[in-house]
Amino acid sequence: MAATHRRSPLLVTVSTALVLLWVVIAAFPFLWTLWGSFKVQADFFSLADWRNALRGTFTMAQTGSAFTGQGYEGAWVQEEFWRAAMNTMIVVVCVVIISLTFGTLGGYALARSGFRYTFWLLMIALVFRAMPHITLVSGYLLPFFQWNVWGHLPTAIIVLVAINQPFTLWMLHSFFLNIPKDLDESAMVDGCTRFQAFRHVIVPVMWPGVITTGLFSFLLAYNDFAVTAMLLSQQNQTMIPKIASFLGSTQVEGNVMFAVAAVISATAPLFVLILFFQRQIVSGLTAGAVKG
Amino acid sequence: MKHRTFFWFIFPSALAMILFIALPVVSVFIQSLHVEHEQVLRTVENCGPFGCTQETVVDRAATQELRDAKPLGRFAGLSNYTDRNHLAFSELGVMWDRSDSFADFTRRAMTLPFWRAMAFTLTFTFVVTPLVLTLGLAIALGVNSLPRVFRGPTIFVSLLPMIVTPLIGSLILFWMVDSRGVLGAGLQTLMNDPTLSLKASPTLTWIMLMVYGVWSSAPFAFIVFYAGLQTVPEEPLEAAMIDGANRWQRIRYVVIPHLMPLAVFITLMQLMDNFRVFEPIVGFQAQAQATSLSYNIFNYLRGDAAQFGAAATTSMLTILGVVVLLTPVLIRTWRDFNRKRS
Repeated sequence: MAATHRRSPLLVTVSTALVLLWVVIAAFPFLWTLWGSFKVQADFFSLADWRNALRGTFTMAQTGSAFTGQGYEGAWVQEEFWRAAMNTMIVVVCVVIISLTFGTLGGYALARSGFRYTFWLLMIALVFRAMPHITLVSGYLLPFFQWNVWGHLPTAIIVLVAINQPFTLWMLHSFFLNIPKDLDESAMVDGCTRFQAFRHVIVPVMWPGVITTGLFSFLLAYNDFAVTAMLLSQQNQTMIPKIASFLGSTQVEGNVMFAVAAVISATAPLFVLILFFQRQIVSGLTAGAVKG
Repeated sequence: MKHRTFFWFIFPSALAMILFIALPVVSVFIQSLHVEHEQVLRTVENCGPFGCTQETVVDRAATQELRDAKPLGRFAGLSNYTDRNHLAFSELGVMWDRSDSFADFTRRAMTLPFWRAMAFTLTFTFVVTPLVLTLGLAIALGVNSLPRVFRGPTIFVSLLPMIVTPLIGSLILFWMVDSRGVLGAGLQTLMNDPTLSLKASPTLTWIMLMVYGVWSSAPFAFIVFYAGLQTVPEEPLEAAMIDGANRWQRIRYVVIPHLMPLAVFITLMQLMDNFRVFEPIVGFQAQAQATSLSYNIFNYLRGDAAQFGAAATTSMLTILGVVVLLTPVLIRTWRDFNRKRS
């Protein structure tokens, strides 16, 4: 901007201070918890002095070194967090693949059809998107008990796919609107059917949008608590309900540290995700906005 | 696109949504008209050395049989909606008559589960949303004036609170504000009150939950506003500068109007997401001081004696709330759509 060189030093200082403050607020909780996850409970939740968490007084006394992997060992080995991690992986991969397949087909159709019902479908999808997930869960439980499908991974997967659809449709719809109509229409003039045009002309150019949408489908499935907590049985639990169940047994010394370690373990994949896909996430967040 | 082709393209997606979103809503509605069976009672006579006594016991087998035969429970009409756990009209009427001031009435009404949850949900929604907009805009303006090298890392760090699982995010903050955690201990020192606990007071709990709400949603507003700032046209800014506008006036009269459509978008998303606030209450273990509509539903469904009727009724009322919240948006979009067509 042309105005850059005319900024007063005061303004620069204030805005830099504000941003710095925000960066600390955003990052410090994560760094602190990461640091604390390698301590014992008496240090991380210190009765006497919070600086114990920094010095690791009790960690030294109990384990002989300033850092300990006890929390991680307890969570992953003793409480079998790896099982939950596996379940999460299965659920997330299936949800992303299925919702993208359904979503690209539906989103493409919505973007290319100009009839009035397209609008109504999109509006209904918007209302569905706004519905709290737990309200739907209260509708599932009774029928699922009756049909004996409660507690299994495929049930949770298909439910998450359905809950994901409104968002996926909206996002891919606005994305397909940006691909010129002439592209597939000229293929149809050359004798392709609609599906062939989609398959050979649109599919090769749609990947940026699909990857962005896929990231958000991933986040929805990964971050879900309401559906997975209510619809999965104990041994099929995914990571987030598992962490919640750690909290129930906090009375026992050391168990809170299991939860802390599990929380850090579950955050790590998200951290890596931002590291590699920051650009796509940012463009996905703004995609809906630019359309208005 | 022909109707037929359109149908086949949309079919898998529509089927999934009909089966797992539309039908469950119907199922919720039907469930909301039913209540659980009462336990089957049986009178038995116990005869011992000191004579016989009549005793009423629960016939477990018969109760179970009845529950298995009709899992929905018995039909109750709209009584679920008007009972004490939901709209509670009669209780509210009594309270209104008995209370001497409006404050007293509100205090009494806060003992009703539905209204208590409604009060928190609405407060949360309408406090967090404007704060998120303001803070997001402030950060976006700040980052925009930073040298380019710092922008990427700032965005990276900012994405963390937003992308992290809500339950995990709230747990991380909860452990820090615990009276034995770093922030909790810091506050105690700051306030010079060693017994200060954020969990004990309803006001502090509400504030804590809202701070979490702003912390986790501000990045979204920031990113969207930041993207918008990159597209602010150069000419009006320069024109404003020539006309003698200072920096604040330029922001107020050029930048903010340009960002208005984005603000509407963020508001819409935030209203939807904040209205279903749920995980923070579980994470902060705040249910004693604050409950939301979603939390109430979760609570009814949990445990061995799930109250499907009560959960379904709260769900129906929540869905109603969502529709009311969205109506202005739907009307606006309808107008836009028609304008584009004509």
